[in-house]
Amino acid sequence: MNRRLAIGLAALVVVLALPFVVTDPSRLNLLILVLMAAQIGVAWNLIGGYAGQISLGHAAFYGIGAYTSTLLLLKFGLNPWLGMLAAGATAAVLSLAFGWSCFRLKGHYFAMATIAVAELVQIVFTNWDYAGGAVGLTLPMNHDGWAWLVFAEKRPYYWLALSLLLLTLAATVLVERSHVGYYLRALKDEPDAARSIGIDITRYKQIALALSAFFTALGGSLYAQKELYIDPASVFSTALSIKMSLVAILGGIGTLLGPVLGAVVLTTIEELTRALFGGSGRGTDVVIYAALIIAIAVFYPSGLIGAYRSWRQRRRARSAAAVSREAAP
Amino acid sequence: MTAEILLQTLASGMLIGLIYALVAIGLTMIFGVMNIVNFAHGEFMMLGMYSSFWLFALFALDPMLTLPLTVLMLFTFGVLLYRFVIRRITDAPMVSQIFTTFGLMILLRGVAQFLWKPDFRSIENSWVSGTVRLGEIQLGRPQIVAGIGAIAVTLAVYTFLHGTKWGSALEATAADKEAAQLMGIDAHKMFALAWGIGAACAGAAGALLSTFFPIFPDVGANFILLAFVVVNLGGFGSIGGAFWAGILVGVIEVVGGLLLGPQYKMAVVLVVFLGVLMFRPQGLRGKA
Repeated sequence: MNRRLAIGLAALVVVLALPFVVTDPSRLNLLILVLMAAQIGVAWNLIGGYAGQISLGHAAFYGIGAYTSTLLLLKFGLNPWLGMLAAGATAAVLSLAFGWSCFRLKGHYFAMATIAVAELVQIVFTNWDYAGGAVGLTLPMNHDGWAWLVFAEKRPYYWLALSLLLLTLAATVLVERSHVGYYLRALKDEPDAARSIGIDITRYKQIALALSAFFTALGGSLYAQKELYIDPASVFSTALSIKMSLVAILGGIGTLLGPVLGAVVLTTIEELTRALFGGSGRGTDVVIYAALIIAIAVFYPSGLIGAYRSWRQRRRARSAAAVSREAAP
Repeated sequence: MTAEILLQTLASGMLIGLIYALVAIGLTMIFGVMNIVNFAHGEFMMLGMYSSFWLFALFALDPMLTLPLTVLMLFTFGVLLYRFVIRRITDAPMVSQIFTTFGLMILLRGVAQFLWKPDFRSIENSWVSGTVRLGEIQLGRPQIVAGIGAIAVTLAVYTFLHGTKWGSALEATAADKEAAQLMGIDAHKMFALAWGIGAACAGAAGALLSTFFPIFPDVGANFILLAFVVVNLGGFGSIGGAFWAGILVGVIEVVGGLLLGPQYKMAVVLVVFLGVLMFRPQGLRGKA
């Protein structure tokens, strides 16, 4: 246990100090993108991984987060720190409606309904003039510093994204270890058995969804503060919903660090293919990206962590077999 | 005057709804037979549109003339896709099934953009261009021909399913895979057939649509959402259900657009969809 703690602390120091080593702005930006993708992947994992409800509409929460803090800032001058909290709270409350309309559905039906909800929210924001309509909103660049979360340089965004990721991971650990975590695992694997021993399935799915929505919305607020520009097409897109679930699935669905691993791999691939092939403007990067998604889904259904575990298990079984062979007379 | 507008709207809604039905029939067949939701279904339709477009642009062959060829190409494509990709995930967890077909969707869009550029294209002056006056209302001839074509293809699929040995085998596999296998039906052959027919239906819809709808790599995006709605309303796996639900969705869409403005027509369809999912998850016709 002490060894794990030491490794964890060392890793923390390394990631905290990374922006002093990586000074190239585009590389630093890649790191920030990885952290942000990891954070929403971890948030998605709460409902998609631990509760087993595959949502393909989480961009709704991300966009609502981005729009809530931005609208409060632009229309009422509210500080983005408070705006972020308000964004999380708004998304958590709206997740009640999301859950109410989707939770009686299972499997594919649930997934399709979540797509429909997100699409609906996007249509509303695209046509809502108060919120900038299809044009979107531009955030003012009139402050610089931690008080208003606007920075001229990239490094603070790195630490901000890192803190948010650690916060989301901490929340996941708390859920994992609490009775909620056990109930979620029960309702994911054996919904009928869970119900028969008296677990209110819908209630615990709802708790997982509200937490997931809260942290997804914080991610959306951070995006708005970093980009200083949001529009419906960028924060409500289906592609974004897919990305959140994809990082979790690629890394290992329902595992603590799976989404982080998935985000590192996926974001790197995405940016690399874009840098190498994106210049042609013909979508070569998209083709490679999609081919990888298919390959992962077909060959590694349990994600990279799952693949690693089964590889280790096989190796152990092999060495155990070797030992027993040697022991045999 | 208002009655005319309403009549006109209803008629055009029904005609486009027949196309939605045709796209959805392929989707519902694949789902019914092997419990996989094909997110790339709109892209099959897109491929059908491009097939019509290129045969028209390069060889001056009319989309109506090349319809059988397009259907055949998409059928082959569907079978090959099953053979080389989908077959591997028949028993995989739902997540990997969703992401395989989702990846296919992005892949096909990317390939279309790579090969044919993201430009909007259209087929001008095909055999069926122009309008037709029917009493008080005026309808585009391409739309009418597409509607009739969609009915014809739907009937052909229906007849195949209910009147041939292969069709019965397919239905048997959909009803109970294990029992069908015990009767000597090769499930993999049936799955391949379902993908072939499913893709062919979407391809036919694309060909029929190509004479009056812009052709571009992302054209499938809206159609797949509409097809989901249709399939859910009609009941998953039901061809007849998809047919009537398709017409209904077409009508809801145009009436919603007429009442609230065209930017909200999709929203109206989605609200109806969610409402039905909540109160009748088994579809409008299904039994509880």
